Amino acid sequence: MPIQYYIYLCLVLFSIGIIGALTRRNVIIVFMCIELMFNAVNLLLVAFSKMHLAAASVSDKASTVGSDGQLFVFFIMVVAAAEVSVGLAIIVMLFRNTHSVDINFLNRLKN
Amino acid sequence: MSTTEILFFFLSALAIFSAIMVLISKNPIYSVLWLVVTFFAISGHYILLNAQFLAIVNIIVYAGAIMVLFLFVVMLMNLNQQNEPQKGLWMKVAGVVSGGCFLMVFVSLVRQAVDLRTKVAMTTGGDIGLIKNLGRVLFNDYVVPFEITSVLFLSAMVGAIVMGKKD
Repeated sequence: MPIQYYIYLCLVLFSIGIIGALTRRNVIIVFMCIELMFNAVNLLLVAFSKMHLAAASVSDKASTVGSDGQLFVFFIMVVAAAEVSVGLAIIVMLFRNTHSVDINFLNRLKN
Repeated sequence: MSTTEILFFFLSALAIFSAIMVLISKNPIYSVLWLVVTFFAISGHYILLNAQFLAIVNIIVYAGAIMVLFLFVVMLMNLNQQNEPQKGLWMKVAGVVSGGCFLMVFVSLVRQAVDLRTKVAMTTGGDIGLIKNLGRVLFNDYVVPFEITSVLFLSAMVGAIVMGKKD
């Protein structure tokens, strides 16, 4: 599969995530769009790791050259899990204080 | 068209369609469920790329744990269409235009990249995505980041408990 197809797919998913983060005001939806952007980047990392493996396995059949990319994806998932637990705790605290999930309520942080 | 191509285009169309449905659903619960569909499509892409370990981890961690956490929070807050805050029309248009500009710039960049024209991503082959190889690399070369991750999880757990506590 040509690598450009994967790049286009991940760009479209990432742009959908950006548009969602810019156009919605519900904090939870914005957070979900950030997760969508994470996943687009993860898919691209795996595709690039297999691209490097395809280039290296021409000369060496037992090559393991792309393993680092897949491990980075693993670490990104780990960090995303920690980030979601803290972020949802912040959202629950925001909802308890303002009784709303409107992101514009966070404007008051600047004063 | 080979089977791999048919599967690729089907999974891509499913991922993009459900990602769009995440945005345009009014009810947050439907958004969460469509996002789970997106994650399953991306896991299908991982299987297509023979990254089996990441496919399983993606289903267990993302579609299983994280999205259930989202679903709990959405149901806890009892949200529905009526009290859903909406941005103004002009803000929505500006967001879509700026996201479209981002997409356009990067698509033209990739189209002009000469290096990428001959590269292919290896599907249905290559053993680096299996847990045997990934475990060996993880516990040989990446032991220190692995241990630091445990400290990160401990701090995230402490932070979530402290912030979730009623004071």
